[in-house]
Amino acid sequence: MPPIEFPILNFAALAPELIVLGTAAVVMLCDLFIRDKRLLGYLSLLGLMLAIPVCGVMLLAAPPPLSFQNMAVSDGYSLVLDLIFIITAALSILIALGYLDNKGMQRGEYYTLLLFATSGMMLMGAATDLIIVFMGLEIMSIGLYILAAFNRRQLASGEAGMKYFVLGAFASAFFLYGAALIYGATGTTNLQAIGAWFTPERGNLHDPLALVGLGLLLVGFGFKVAAVPFQWWTPDVYHGAPTSVTAFMSVGAKAAGFAALIRLLMVSFGHAFTLDWQIAVAVLAFITMTGGNLAALAQKDVKRMLAYSSIAHAGYILVGVAPGTMDGVNGVLFYLMSYAFMNIGAFAVITVLERRNEIGSTLTDYAGLATRKPLLALAMALFMFSLTGIPPFIGFWGKLYVFRAAVEANISWLAVAGMINSAISAFYYLGIVVQMYMRPAAIAGDGGETGPINLSGPITVTLAVAAIVTIVLGLWPTPLVNLTSLGLFG
Amino acid sequence: MTLSLLIIIPIIGAVLVALLPRDRQDLTKWLALATALVNLAVSLPLYFNFADNLGYQFEEFAPWIPSLNINYHVGIDGLSLFLVLLTTFLSALAILSSWTAITEQVKEFMALMLLLETAMIGVFVSLDLFLFYLFWEASLIPMALLIGQWGGERRVYASIKFIIYTMAGSALMLVAALVLYVWAEPNTSDLPTLVAQSNIPANLQVWLFFAFALAFAVKVPLFPLHTWLPAAHVEAPTAGSIILAGVLLKMGTYGFLRFAIPLFPAAVPFWTPLLVGLAVIGILYGALVALFQEDVKSLVAYSSVAHMGFIVLGIFSGGQQGLSGAVLQMVNHGLSTGMLFFMVGVLYEQRHTRLFKEYGGIWVKVPLFGVFFLLAVFSSVGLPGLNGFVGEFVILLGTFKVNWVAATLGTFGIVLAAWYLLTAVRRMMFGPLNPANEGLRDMNGREMVIALALIVFCFAIGLFPNLLFDKINPATAELANLMNVTTLLAGK
Repeated sequence: MPPIEFPILNFAALAPELIVLGTAAVVMLCDLFIRDKRLLGYLSLLGLMLAIPVCGVMLLAAPPPLSFQNMAVSDGYSLVLDLIFIITAALSILIALGYLDNKGMQRGEYYTLLLFATSGMMLMGAATDLIIVFMGLEIMSIGLYILAAFNRRQLASGEAGMKYFVLGAFASAFFLYGAALIYGATGTTNLQAIGAWFTPERGNLHDPLALVGLGLLLVGFGFKVAAVPFQWWTPDVYHGAPTSVTAFMSVGAKAAGFAALIRLLMVSFGHAFTLDWQIAVAVLAFITMTGGNLAALAQKDVKRMLAYSSIAHAGYILVGVAPGTMDGVNGVLFYLMSYAFMNIGAFAVITVLERRNEIGSTLTDYAGLATRKPLLALAMALFMFSLTGIPPFIGFWGKLYVFRAAVEANISWLAVAGMINSAISAFYYLGIVVQMYMRPAAIAGDGGETGPINLSGPITVTLAVAAIVTIVLGLWPTPLVNLTSLGLFG
Repeated sequence: MTLSLLIIIPIIGAVLVALLPRDRQDLTKWLALATALVNLAVSLPLYFNFADNLGYQFEEFAPWIPSLNINYHVGIDGLSLFLVLLTTFLSALAILSSWTAITEQVKEFMALMLLLETAMIGVFVSLDLFLFYLFWEASLIPMALLIGQWGGERRVYASIKFIIYTMAGSALMLVAALVLYVWAEPNTSDLPTLVAQSNIPANLQVWLFFAFALAFAVKVPLFPLHTWLPAAHVEAPTAGSIILAGVLLKMGTYGFLRFAIPLFPAAVPFWTPLLVGLAVIGILYGALVALFQEDVKSLVAYSSVAHMGFIVLGIFSGGQQGLSGAVLQMVNHGLSTGMLFFMVGVLYEQRHTRLFKEYGGIWVKVPLFGVFFLLAVFSSVGLPGLNGFVGEFVILLGTFKVNWVAATLGTFGIVLAAWYLLTAVRRMMFGPLNPANEGLRDMNGREMVIALALIVFCFAIGLFPNLLFDKINPATAELANLMNVTTLLAGK
């Protein structure tokens, strides 16, 4: 009898994921005997901060190690994404520390679930096998379903969780079916092996089964990143979920969806069906940004407006995916990182203005904010300008980067559409600036006033970090450009 | 270092102003004024050390995003020298002009004025496409906030209209800049390199020119894209109007001179008829509409549409004379229209109305004001001896050589300008005195300083235009040469 061969697991390659996962486990345990649940939040932050230098060291070390029998890899691409997920999680936890107190729902599970979801996202970035992509997807999604419904006292929150769950399951089914068809066609679930299966010699470059599988995978990811026409769940879920969760989802879940989608397209379909998916993604990009922006124009509630705006941003990001070039991929990474800061910053402002027993905040709540809280208004204005893509803020460079990739790949029309969309988006983003700076504050007693504005320490930190990054990297984007250019496939 | 200093000093000033305590209003104003004056002082040596020859001067180059080959590259030549000086000069005067007009949130106002100055100087000195775009767009925010926060009744509408028009106009410009960047081998956004390389096929140049020209035409503003301007001018606070008319509009015409024409010379013959046509329509339309305005500021705003039409006419006359006249007229318009807006502001601050029917016969009450107002009007209509005459005369001379129809129609515009502006003087200054104006006070010392500073330069340019032309001509000669060479090539 031959000796049993144990597979080489190489846990070290997944060190960032394992650190986050370990932190989640520790937080869950500590939840049993720690009274002050905020300590759990700080503990989670500590774990996340620990993972950052690990990512940094691994980024500089070569070559990227494979692990788990070639099912996951920690190449530059996944490590840059890890940083994006970690920063997103950290900023969201900072918001939650203040927000959950305001809402009276400071509970330990929140942080555990958030960390589990984060580890799922990181796994999606590192996965080189459809099975692992699916595992990451589920780990992330299940955490998010519960988080969306975290505010038990509010019907809308429960509805958000339910909707997200049902439609998320639907999306997972699409994904699985697509993966099954691709397995049926190619006989493998390994992304690299799928790519290698297509060769001109075998004459299978137009294999119909694989094409259908790819289409179904696109639909599945379309749901996850909230691309039009798979976006229907987004406004209700983003609006109903606790704002700190929305902040996390709108950046993290989107980034995770893109992470796996891009690796799939680039590695498995880099030389098969390229034209097909490039056109499909370009069309998706166009209708996603246009649809998101047009819908956002009509919103009176700021949280809902940002929900639609996040659809539009998925469209801009898809502009970077469509070219199928490394410039496009690096542009997407840049965009995701910048989006994490400016979007979570904007949601942080929403959490501050949200009333205890209500959801979201209307546009008029922002009236006169510039005189009531000048710095808060200034921060919000910066995020709005940055989301619009006005220089010298970081959002501008994100757009420039992905549009450059589109122009390079001779799909300039998409860049033109993107710029016109940016101008459209100015209407609603600047609508908030108008309220804050150009309208007087509502007078007490007419029903329009918000309660006392309660700026907690952690939220102040979030706002300060997000605002400083938005400006500093807006004026000098070089560090982030250099970082994201490390995001190569191993 | 000078140019970088000019960009940085106002930012430092703005930050310091923002850090001052809210109740120290006087200190805030003085600090803002001091910053603007320091910047003015720093900019003056540019004129005296400017060599009358070809090429960029005071150049600075530093890597910005090395991996993308996007660099911090600034420099000036004869096209931009006087616009930089105009910016530092008018910024200081605009801050001084709002000394008593702005009473609320003084610190925000002053900080925004200074940030605006940075953005405008950045636009005029940038020699990198993306650096230019950054300043170009960045200038929107302070201006929109100035209008929206300290403006008149319909300020929000005017502010939004301003920002949306400009943003929509410049949306395509960024894509065109990206196309240029990608076409260049190796990829670069460095303007001198791109101009020297010029490997873009002619039919693509036509499209790229359009994308750039749209952004600039909105800013100028060229008929029929001008509708944001009257709204913005009427609602803007006085200082905002001075800067808007004095400097911001010039960003559009400057953009044609610096970017659209040198980068896409092959497209110029294609677009010239349209642009000249729109310029002439703008001259006549602006003048005719100005005739029927009941609001002084609105009248001056429409006169701006007409005057900016002249500048575009000069640019697309294609000859050196027209180009030089256009560059000079950009400075002239900044001085004379800035002064007109300032004078209107002096009255508005006291009466809070800009309607003609509220004034009348005030010369007896405010003779000093009357004299300066009349001088500003003379400068604007182009009375010989004052600056406007030289600019318009040279532009028309240059245009006559290539397109006598446009020149003749443009001349009508001058006649109309005299008509509507002198009518404005008559309606405000002469006739029966409206009793509401009994309490009007004449100009005070601060206001005199501003008016004198402006009028001195109006006379100086009118009498010694060669002080400017000597520095402008080398740059325009080069540009005219470029336009002619391409026209000849296209003819073959």
